[in-house]
Amino acid sequence: MGALQSLPDEPEYRDLSEKTGFSFEQIGILHKRFKQLSHNEDTLRRDDLNTIPDLSCNPIRTQIIEAFFDKRNFHQNGEGTVQEISFEEFLVVMSHFRPPALDMTEEQREIIRREKLRFLFNMHDTDNDGTITLEEYRHVVEELLSRSGALGKETAKGIADAAMLEVASISMGHMEPDEFYEGITFEHFLKILKDIEIETRMNIRFLNMDTTNLCKKINSQQDHYLQVNGEQKIA
Amino acid sequence: MSVRVVLHSPSGSRSFLERGLLLLVMLIFLEGTALTLGAASSPDISAQDNTGGHEHLDDHQGIAGSNDRTNYTYTKKAFPVLSLDYHHIQVPFEISLWVLLASLMKLGFHLIPRLSSIVPESCLLIVVGLLVGGLIKLAGEEVPPVLDSNLFFLCLLPPIILDAGYFLPIRPFMENIGTILMFAVVGTLWNAFFVGGLLYAVCQIEGTYLSQVELLPCLLFGSIISAVDPVAVLAVFEEIHINELLHILVFGESLLNDAVTVVLYHLFEEYSGAGEVTPMDVVLGVICFLIVSLGGIAVGAIYGILAAFTSRFTSHTRVIEPLFMFVYSYMAYLSAEMFHLSGIMALIACGAVMRPYVEANISHKSHTTVKYFLKMWSSVSETLIFIFLGVATVAGPHAWNWTFVSVTVILCLVSRVIGVVGLTFIINKFRIVKLTTKDQFIVAYGGLRGAIAFSLGYLLDKDLFPMRTMFLTAIITEIFFTVFVQGMTIKPLVDLLAVKKKQEAKRSINEEIHTQFLDHLLTGIEDICGHYGHHHWKDKLNRFNKKYIKKCLIAGERYKEPQLIAFYHKMEFKQAIELVESGGGVKLPSAVPSQVSMQNIQPKKLPPPVAERALPQFTKGREEEIRKILRSNLQKTRQRLRSYNRHTLVADPFEDGWNDFLLKKQRLIELEKKMTEMSNYLTVPGAIPDSPTMCRARLASDPNAFYNIKASSDGVPTIQVDLASPQSPDSVNMLNEFSKEGATGQSLGQREGATGLGQREGADRDEDQGLMMKPAGKGEKGEGGNKNPGLMRCLSDPGPSNEDEEDEPFLP
Repeated sequence: MGALQSLPDEPEYRDLSEKTGFSFEQIGILHKRFKQLSHNEDTLRRDDLNTIPDLSCNPIRTQIIEAFFDKRNFHQNGEGTVQEISFEEFLVVMSHFRPPALDMTEEQREIIRREKLRFLFNMHDTDNDGTITLEEYRHVVEELLSRSGALGKETAKGIADAAMLEVASISMGHMEPDEFYEGITFEHFLKILKDIEIETRMNIRFLNMDTTNLCKKINSQQDHYLQVNGEQKIA
Repeated sequence: MSVRVVLHSPSGSRSFLERGLLLLVMLIFLEGTALTLGAASSPDISAQDNTGGHEHLDDHQGIAGSNDRTNYTYTKKAFPVLSLDYHHIQVPFEISLWVLLASLMKLGFHLIPRLSSIVPESCLLIVVGLLVGGLIKLAGEEVPPVLDSNLFFLCLLPPIILDAGYFLPIRPFMENIGTILMFAVVGTLWNAFFVGGLLYAVCQIEGTYLSQVELLPCLLFGSIISAVDPVAVLAVFEEIHINELLHILVFGESLLNDAVTVVLYHLFEEYSGAGEVTPMDVVLGVICFLIVSLGGIAVGAIYGILAAFTSRFTSHTRVIEPLFMFVYSYMAYLSAEMFHLSGIMALIACGAVMRPYVEANISHKSHTTVKYFLKMWSSVSETLIFIFLGVATVAGPHAWNWTFVSVTVILCLVSRVIGVVGLTFIINKFRIVKLTTKDQFIVAYGGLRGAIAFSLGYLLDKDLFPMRTMFLTAIITEIFFTVFVQGMTIKPLVDLLAVKKKQEAKRSINEEIHTQFLDHLLTGIEDICGHYGHHHWKDKLNRFNKKYIKKCLIAGERYKEPQLIAFYHKMEFKQAIELVESGGGVKLPSAVPSQVSMQNIQPKKLPPPVAERALPQFTKGREEEIRKILRSNLQKTRQRLRSYNRHTLVADPFEDGWNDFLLKKQRLIELEKKMTEMSNYLTVPGAIPDSPTMCRARLASDPNAFYNIKASSDGVPTIQVDLASPQSPDSVNMLNEFSKEGATGQSLGQREGATGLGQREGADRDEDQGLMMKPAGKGEKGEGGNKNPGLMRCLSDPGPSNEDEEDEPFLP
């Protein structure tokens, strides 16, 4: 917390905090991480994220990284992708994973639910046409199974097809053979995932505290792995 | 038998009567014997001889037709044609009677749905136990000590706990492990000391006639009474269908508090004689707790891994596969109990550790066996426990002390509420998903006590604890209070508070995909955030598991199978079974309604010039035909029982031939390639390797079917396939040219096989994905086929070679 006060842009944080709902401490910690990832630059590029060692074995790494550079996730009604993001945008994307408050009304819950699902939907809907087509869905499943070798690749298509068929049958009911199911729209997406309590599951814990001496060490040494080890201990 | 028949009568009141009758019949049996099941484990056989032998001895001799009382007279008597030796079979007979009574009661309750919807089964069973005990007492017999501690801990409890551990929903359990541990350890400690301490204070009040009760026995009593009981919780919570989170919180607590109870119990029992407790003892107690809990888990895990490892090699002796699991688990429990470690934790650990590996190794049928045996044993045990609880209530000597009993009940409630609210306040600071007030209420209210407390109380030494009878009475009262009052009111309260219920729906493939996706996403985001949380470690563990452990513990190639694929195969398998069992009705009762077909979701791309992938379209009659073929194929896999073998029930093509299957699949793919090379102008869809389960089923059922296609198809109407689409007239021409040139027999044969295969593949794929077939007709361009009889032949499905095969008895 000593480290927090030493940060110069405290008033700026107030603005960000209102926008994203993070606490000052959380913003402070995330800012530190941002600086670390971007090598003290003001903006973050894809390569910066690509080099995170832990991420390298994540099967959906590319999609996760793309989500950070997708304008749709910035709450600004934009479209398309950007090459680099500022800290504010980084924070906005992160805010999709903020845990919900203790007492929510049903409406608030529904809003949060839609927001989180929209994030997921956007990850699948790569060409931003409002539907997840079969091709896109296949791609998702292929990526998911990309770490499991040849067997995975073979089956991925079948799984995606079966899943798509399921969506079509749930959301459309009867279809004539010559009709064509364009793809999963957001409404259908909500419908098929209604049993997954996304609002209680798509959350991660954002640290509120950071031990000061640890941060100093990091600041002085800029040693990535030290922080990794240190936070490992915290966790 | 007649009673059983009448039992089915729908009128509620009448079947009530009938049930009473049934009960009476049962009781007559029991009264006649009125002997201990407990005697099975009690050592005094001589006493048993005296009680059981007498009355029947007379009968024996009466029937034998001898008036001689002494056995040592050497007068010649008639050879006893019929003799009665009840004593010989007494113990097992009585055990069977009790089990029969328990099962019949369970059966009876389910015939009266109205009753069981109001009163939980556990309550009804206790009432039955009370009645049985009362009748035995009325008959002037001594009520047997049925709920003997040995019997309870060594026979009745393990099946229930193993069932719980094996089917423990690992995911929610691990996600809430912190909260569960908090409730189980801190909560139980709090309850024990709060109840014990305050009870002691109450006992010191003048006028309660309890001043002889000391502090340590009070604390001992507190530790016995404070633990939530898994059997009672399971019995009640299974009926109210509460949401997963609350269920796992209460249930997990009831499982994990065993270690605390064991340690506290032994600690206080030890020092009740000595009197003084030093701080050193407290430290030792804490260490003991760690050893008991972690040791229990370690023992369980070791046996679990052993079981998994053993199951790797059981592919040739499928029949004893399930036995390994049960025996290893029981050994784990006994080994843990041997060192006074927590047997319950050992069983839970054993079940949870072995499950994923064992399930991958053992056959489908063995898995079903395991499932059914576990469920059967646990439900019989549970029923027996509750009945015995009732009987024991009637049997036991009671020392009713109003103050002690009522204070116990009140204190238990109060401490539970304070404990839960207080702990939740702390826990909520750390939880991502907070516990609401409603949740807290249910957790507090769901703290039921049960037979474990009774058995622990029963174990107390009479000499060391003169107030044992009073303790037992208080424990029974508390159990009855929680099971009856709380158990009966919790369901209406859950409805009243509109607590979220469990969703019963089957998991869909989309949900599975997104669960996996979410896991990876959250791990990724945590990595980007740079702090290592829950998801990160879970991911690490998963990867470690996949890389090393699975390789060691899972036989064959299946360890490579990712979860998603395994899920998909399971789903497919289920659908295939459903398809067969539905008798090939037009509507498939599967998760995927048959309203939408593959072509609805297939993107409409312009057909490529050569190999166009249109789906075959069939008329209704053809559709039936395909269903029949598919059905008979699947049936044939079930008819593999060639010769009786003691060690294998049925050669199981679904599981045994995974490697074999891979090989065949390889060949299949090669064949498909050849087909497309040779005859890419044929426009039937190629074999699609995306449904391995179906392939497995088909291949296993009739491995030769694909390679030696029978050319003729007498009696089976041919199926014509959309040979060439209008967009590719070239193909027809090519085809004609080809036939003009005259195909060599060999290539034709090959093509035949390939085409038949491809076509069947297509049909099957449609089948298992719930197709909607459209009548063929106008769109069909069948000229190619019609022009060439050879081709015509090859397009017809080989089908079942002779009809009588289908008439074979359907072996289950």
